Amino acid sequence: MSDAAILPTTRDESWRYADADWLASADPAELSQWQEVSVAAGESQADTSVITTDGVTRIRVNLAEGARYHHVAIIGADGYARLEVEVTLAKGAHFEFGGVTIGGGEARQEFVTRTIHAEPNATSNQVVRAVQWGKAIGNFLGRIDVHRDAQKTDAGQNFRAILLEKGASANTKPELEIFADDVLCAHGAAIGALDETAAFYMAARGLPPQIARKLLVQAFIGDAFAEMEDELAREALMETALAHLELAVLEQAGDRE
Amino acid sequence: MLKIDNLHAEIDGQEGKKPILNGLTLEVAAGEIHAIMGPNGAGKSTLSYVLGGRPGYEVTQGSVTFNGQDLLDLEPHERASAGLFLGFQYPVEIPGVSNVQFLREALNAQRKARGEEALSGGEFLKLAKEKAGLLKLDMEMLKRQVNVGFSGGEKKRAEMVQMGILDPTFAVLDETDSGLDIDALRVVGEGINAIMRAQNKGVLLITHYQRLLDVVQPDKVSVLAGGRIVATGGPELAQRLEAEGYDAVMAEAEA
Repeated sequence: MSDAAILPTTRDESWRYADADWLASADPAELSQWQEVSVAAGESQADTSVITTDGVTRIRVNLAEGARYHHVAIIGADGYARLEVEVTLAKGAHFEFGGVTIGGGEARQEFVTRTIHAEPNATSNQVVRAVQWGKAIGNFLGRIDVHRDAQKTDAGQNFRAILLEKGASANTKPELEIFADDVLCAHGAAIGALDETAAFYMAARGLPPQIARKLLVQAFIGDAFAEMEDELAREALMETALAHLELAVLEQAGDRE
Repeated sequence: MLKIDNLHAEIDGQEGKKPILNGLTLEVAAGEIHAIMGPNGAGKSTLSYVLGGRPGYEVTQGSVTFNGQDLLDLEPHERASAGLFLGFQYPVEIPGVSNVQFLREALNAQRKARGEEALSGGEFLKLAKEKAGLLKLDMEMLKRQVNVGFSGGEKKRAEMVQMGILDPTFAVLDETDSGLDIDALRVVGEGINAIMRAQNKGVLLITHYQRLLDVVQPDKVSVLAGGRIVATGGPELAQRLEAEGYDAVMAEAEA
């Protein structure tokens, strides 16, 4: 592969929010490795990733005609962790992505997706939620390519971040390359603090601050798991994500101003 | 039961601190429903938020005693466990959290704080069904997200269902009648009577209008203006306010 020896830098668009120091010392050969996923015509596949160690994971997905692929991922690593998913959709295929970054300290957690609508009538939907505190950073870079004959493409992206403490941050960069004229591409993004009005409402009903805030975070990241059909798997993943929340952070979140 | 003495409070707003309550004194005994009426901007909502402990509302002077306890010393959730319920003028929407989950967590948090045993899922649903029935709220509504997509009237009814489930000893109800049509007003008023009319309970009922007081007949009525109680009387005071307006009654009180 031609890119095997080239180390990306933060000057590359899709690496702009990456950890420059981590990148500089990374192994180029390792960085250029892709896991391959192929879903045959009319078939469905669902995968989950729970990333708790630093590093870059890259997955390249090929969806044949009418194939469906659902990937749900949590990044809870303490340092730099990145999940990249590149999906190529054939006619009538569907790609569903749900991502949660959750972490504090010096964590830098990012999802980078490239969704290639190569043929007509394919659909894709991506929901990413970031919950950060300390000096942590949550990123979502989502690129959507719609090829010339990929008419009736329907592609959606939604990113929202909650920063529990001052000092945490979030970045998002939607990128659309559309060469067909009959397509729907929707994207939305919002970055904010936890809803303290809701937190007070919950307190007024007797919920201690930690429980109230945990419920609010749970409701917030729940969007990323909403399309999971297996209820038990969804609940288990929610518990996994919430296990990363530190109780101390939940107690302090309201006092940060 | 609730004793407010010379209460001064200010709001921490965008234009700095603004004093709202200016020496408010009021006492509500057990078994009593006390209505507070007053013009816009008098400090009615501020009073309810100060009693609930909302961040940004700062007490600068005075005291509030609730069943012999210093209320202002308690965190908002501790006030709830101590038996205080705050009915919101604008109930808050909480996307992603169902009423059932929210209220079960809240009730069990209160019970835990009081050293009581948690209710099981089944026990809780039975209780919720009973209280929803009392307020004529479809049980299906309770399975939905907290207040999301509820009409103004549904929110107020859901608020009273919450009160029924949590069963407080004292309720501060801030304009619970606003946004209700005549039928809903009757249902909500009768709900307040059913849940809170008891020898060991008390209610501070903040309202603009006489019509809720026709259903929930107050024992006492006070007029709040300029951050202070300027007149207190029986139910006839509310009727006079309705007939003559705040200005006339307040002018007489000052004279």
